[in-house]
Amino acid sequence: MELFTPDFGLIFWMFVAFAVLFLLLWKFAWPAIMKGIDSRAELIDQGVLYAREAKEQLDNAKEQAATFEAEARARQAEILREADRMKTQIIEEARTEAAREAKKEIEAARQSIEQARKEAQQSFRDEVSVAALDIAQKLVRDQLSNPSAQAKLVDKILDQIETTN
Amino acid sequence: MMKLKTFLLTLVALLAVFFHAPEAMAAESNGEGEGKFNPKEIIFDHLGDGYGWEVPFNHHHRIPLPVILLAADGSFHCFSSSHITHHEPYVDGDYTWILPTEGDNKGKVVQLMSDGTQLKPKFDFSITKNVCAIWIAVLVVLLICLKVANWHKKHGMKAPRKFTGAVEALMEFIYKGVIKPTLGADARRWAPYLLTVFMFIFVMNLLGLIVIFPGGANLTGNIAVTLVLSLMTFFCTNLFARKHYWKEIFWPDVPMFLKCPLPIMQIIELFGALTKPASLTVRLFANMMGGHMIVIVLTLIIFIMADFGMAAAGLATGVSIFFTIFMLLLDVLVSFIQAFVFTMLSTTFIAMAQERGHEEHLEHSKQ
Repeated sequence: MELFTPDFGLIFWMFVAFAVLFLLLWKFAWPAIMKGIDSRAELIDQGVLYAREAKEQLDNAKEQAATFEAEARARQAEILREADRMKTQIIEEARTEAAREAKKEIEAARQSIEQARKEAQQSFRDEVSVAALDIAQKLVRDQLSNPSAQAKLVDKILDQIETTN
Repeated sequence: MMKLKTFLLTLVALLAVFFHAPEAMAAESNGEGEGKFNPKEIIFDHLGDGYGWEVPFNHHHRIPLPVILLAADGSFHCFSSSHITHHEPYVDGDYTWILPTEGDNKGKVVQLMSDGTQLKPKFDFSITKNVCAIWIAVLVVLLICLKVANWHKKHGMKAPRKFTGAVEALMEFIYKGVIKPTLGADARRWAPYLLTVFMFIFVMNLLGLIVIFPGGANLTGNIAVTLVLSLMTFFCTNLFARKHYWKEIFWPDVPMFLKCPLPIMQIIELFGALTKPASLTVRLFANMMGGHMIVIVLTLIIFIMADFGMAAAGLATGVSIFFTIFMLLLDVLVSFIQAFVFTMLSTTFIAMAQERGHEEHLEHSKQ
């Protein structure tokens, strides 16, 4: 049974053939193939990792965008409220200011009118008194030249005083 | 449609061969004067090695191959196998060579002395059918592996397509599925050997299933071939083993009475180390030879049943062809499985020898 007893010639040639095959493949085939397979696996791994990261980032970005939006909306509402508040305040302020200013103006006008009135009164009084004195002077000068007239005047004045009283 | 036609034509051709074969076989056995159809001889003839390579449909002619001999007196001889395959003496100068048909040296070229005794040559380096088939397998493996390698040299990491892609997928399956998980950091160091072993065994297995010339040699079903392969693994395991492996063999962590003064554990461990290549040898050899043998036996059923008349032979033919095709298809699967198993076990054995002990681990991590 040569099948079960290893033949030396065949062992020898098998060894030689295997050695030749191994050396050739070791030198020319396996490094390139293993490098290709390894680097491809690495690339795929990196790709998966990258995709996962990108997805995570995208999810984060979405979340972030949502928070940003909500924040912006809140800010907007606040700003609007603030603006509204400011508007009413400004209007209010302007109104009070205007009222105060108007009051002041009115006061000033009133005062100046009063002043003018007083001055006018004063000057009128002065003028009246001057005129009265003039009249009195003239009258006195006229009347005093005639003794009957003097007596008449005195009477008249006394009548007047009497009637007023 | 074309494919179906080709398939049917092949089937018809095969049937023709089967129906033609008994006559040829009968003619052959008549010529040799044995007269009786001997299944056992046919089986072992087909499974065994031989000088020259059979051609289909013809039992007389064989493809001649060189016979290389180192004669008993130390001289080298080289001649064509066509001189001896018909079992006639071949006279080459002072030497006469013959291929005996029976006796201890049956099937081996011997020197025929003048007194009629047979003298074995010192070494027989003949390029027999199996040796030739080994070189064909080497060539095929080289071609397909270099094809893949060339692709990677040219295209970098891009994935190849079609045949190259299929071969690469196979390599990747072994490399990523077996070698890397088992060997870890040492994977790159051992992958060339293990991948070579896998591709070589796989191609040899498949070539063995092709029934005519470039294939048909029962390579991995020959114990010499599997012995060399498993010895390679044995050397790889033991020559490059780390300290821890030898410690496990010669001073394992077991109670003292098991290893000293009687070296029980050492004997068991050494025996274990030696049985590993033996199991590798026999597993591959027996599986592949078994597959081939079943196919031949199934085919021979036709000729065995032929003795019982035409009807039996006809029925047996149908059954035989069906089961032969089934077995051959199964053998394609077995070819892959056995190549895979051999590679996987080699990887495991090497990985076990590459393991670092606890102390070695510490040393290694310090560096």
